[in-house]
Amino acid sequence: MAHNAEKDAVTGVETTGHEWDGIKELNNPLPRWWLWTFYITVLWSIGYWVVYPAWPLVSSYTEGMFGYSSRQEVMDRIAEAKEAQSEYLGKIETASLDEIRGDSELLNFALAGGRSAFAVNCSQCHGQGAQGFVGYPNLNDDAWIWGGKPDEIMTTILYGIRSDHDDTRYSEMPAFGRDGLLERPQINEVVEYVLQISGQDHDSGMATAGKDVFVEQCAACHGENGEGIRETGAPRLTDSIWLYGGDRDTLRATVTNARYGVMPAWTGRLDEATIKQLAVYVHSLGGGE
Amino acid sequence: MDQASQVSSPATAPEASVEKIDVDAVNKKEERSLYKARVKIYPKRATGFFRKLKWLVMAATLAVYYVAPWLRWDRGPNAPDQAILIDFPARRFYFFFIEIWPEEVYYLTGLLIIAALGLFLITSLAGRVWCGYTCPQTVWTDLFIWVERFVEGDRSARIRLDKQPLSVNKVARKSVKHALWLLIGMATGGAWIFYFADAPTLLVDLFTLQAPVVAYSTVAVLTASTYIFGGMMREQVCTFMCPWPRIQGALVDEDSLIVSYKDDRGEPRAPFRKNQDWSERADCIDCNQCVAVCPMGIDIRDGQQLECIHCALCIDACNEVMTRIDRPLNLISYDTFVNHERRATGQPTQKPRLIRARTVIYSALISAVGLLMLATLLTRATLDINILHDRNPLFVKLSDGGVRNGYTIKILNKQHEVRRFEIAVDGLDNALVTVVGHDGTSGLEVPADKLAQFRVFVSVPPASVPDGRQDFDFIVTDVVDGNRAVNDTIFRGPEK
Repeated sequence: MAHNAEKDAVTGVETTGHEWDGIKELNNPLPRWWLWTFYITVLWSIGYWVVYPAWPLVSSYTEGMFGYSSRQEVMDRIAEAKEAQSEYLGKIETASLDEIRGDSELLNFALAGGRSAFAVNCSQCHGQGAQGFVGYPNLNDDAWIWGGKPDEIMTTILYGIRSDHDDTRYSEMPAFGRDGLLERPQINEVVEYVLQISGQDHDSGMATAGKDVFVEQCAACHGENGEGIRETGAPRLTDSIWLYGGDRDTLRATVTNARYGVMPAWTGRLDEATIKQLAVYVHSLGGGE
Repeated sequence: MDQASQVSSPATAPEASVEKIDVDAVNKKEERSLYKARVKIYPKRATGFFRKLKWLVMAATLAVYYVAPWLRWDRGPNAPDQAILIDFPARRFYFFFIEIWPEEVYYLTGLLIIAALGLFLITSLAGRVWCGYTCPQTVWTDLFIWVERFVEGDRSARIRLDKQPLSVNKVARKSVKHALWLLIGMATGGAWIFYFADAPTLLVDLFTLQAPVVAYSTVAVLTASTYIFGGMMREQVCTFMCPWPRIQGALVDEDSLIVSYKDDRGEPRAPFRKNQDWSERADCIDCNQCVAVCPMGIDIRDGQQLECIHCALCIDACNEVMTRIDRPLNLISYDTFVNHERRATGQPTQKPRLIRARTVIYSALISAVGLLMLATLLTRATLDINILHDRNPLFVKLSDGGVRNGYTIKILNKQHEVRRFEIAVDGLDNALVTVVGHDGTSGLEVPADKLAQFRVFVSVPPASVPDGRQDFDFIVTDVVDGNRAVNDTIFRGPEK
């Protein structure tokens, strides 16, 4: 590295002797303020090691003087947030659904809480906008299989549909075709009848025959005129909302093999305040009764 | 304090000598080196018309800046009474009778356009007078130089003081100067924050340590920047940091009035000797007064330079000397290139042409933008609506075969009183409108000068369900005065 001291002609500064493509490096010292800032940051870092958790050990780490932990800080923040919400949550726990809906402050809180609980727990099946999918009801519309009053919605959330909870809402449609309860022509006829009562294109001759089949096999659950019975969870067949589809082929498949949709019971998984908020939120989506 | 000057005392005789000041223009082109450290400039005091004008402009601009937030303007009970207020928490901007909401910041765009065009116009007329007289950097630097002169004396005294070894006198003077600078800087920051909150309240809060942290930090930052820019960096800000010199230099033309030296009258320059006949020599006696007073550290006799801010202090300095040696004034003056060329070719000079394509176009554009702003301001609606159509789900099929769409409607009440509205739709057959949480679609209350949000459902029966989408209007009407706002949106149905 030894080189003859060489001065740059323009600046009068000594060069380091390093040269790249004809460009020589000047031997300018770092500015004093820069250097001191650097020393101070070094000292600062040593202080930091002492005060804060810093060095990994074999099975642990240095904990620092004050036992600071960012994880603990997050837990504290969450606890704080819960504490801040506790006043409302306490009120919601004791209030009835109607009381919650009557108090605009509680209602706003419940709607916000319900929205977030819905996004976490319900949107996987019912969709982010509660718009539903085939087999998963749209919660925005005005058709309710088990009832759309706030309490009815809450019961469904609490115990689910055909879930493993003892109080679950349960109904089972027979697989008329698969189990040989109805012959193929009878199924076709009853399908035409359902198409007729729901106002769709149909074969009126077959529908007339299908009416007898319907009265005998289906009316017990779906009602004499196909208006549906909520106690048995049998959907209304005269409207234009279909959980699995209302066209001829889908109806035929439904009658032949039946449907068996399951919604889990949420009691025990979610606390009661959350379930209440969910019920209020779902009811507010536009179709609540 | 120290009025020492290297100019000998005023003499009455025309042949009185004017001593040459030993000063180099530190920003001379030939002296400029990329590696050179900054050479400090010691501007000498100038007296004369332009210096007075600068004092006046400084007084006026500073007065406007410091006083403006304290003006009151009665807007009624539901709005602040500060004439100029940028209310960030409430997102409102008040300017006398004008109130601007966040979505109306295009007024600010208009103002900026007018400001830019105004700068173009004034520059094309009289060069960089913005830089020389009204730029905040110039105003505060000028103020800081005045403080410096007051404490440490004029140019030669300051040079002497800086060369002295440390002494009680030197430390005292320097301390006083920096303390005054910091005070001015603090006043600057202090005044700025008053535009963002109720000034009298904030002033009390500031001194009782109850103002928000952001107020103190703003004062701190502006104190520091004023102190550093006006006290330490001065002409360097203009030369190295500011983009305007580059832009403004391109805006002048041969008819612009520009501070310039009449070299045809002044050259060749030479020191004046007693009893010399003026007919045998040119007028510049090379006294360097023009260089000594220049706050930018240039020699105007070198011609047009990027550093020159057209402050005209050199004109004052030169005219003082011309008076003393009894020569015609305005060896340095505001003059046009046209006249310089005419003199060079022996033609008579002409009055500057103020009306020319460039200035006419700028004026026309300023008037156009101004009138447009005025028109929008006078017809500004005090009711506005925003409509958000639900996207998830786009539409909901109802059991009777009808379709329902959900909307969030924001009603902006820009009056300072509570108003009630009613919502209706137009262009959608048999539509049924419901407002969530309200019995009907009328009497929706919106607080004074606020925005309220409503959930609105629109359902259409099976027979009128559109194929895919249909455009229609929401009409929001003030129940009392009938003032209404119409906004179009879409209704979505299934594709048939």
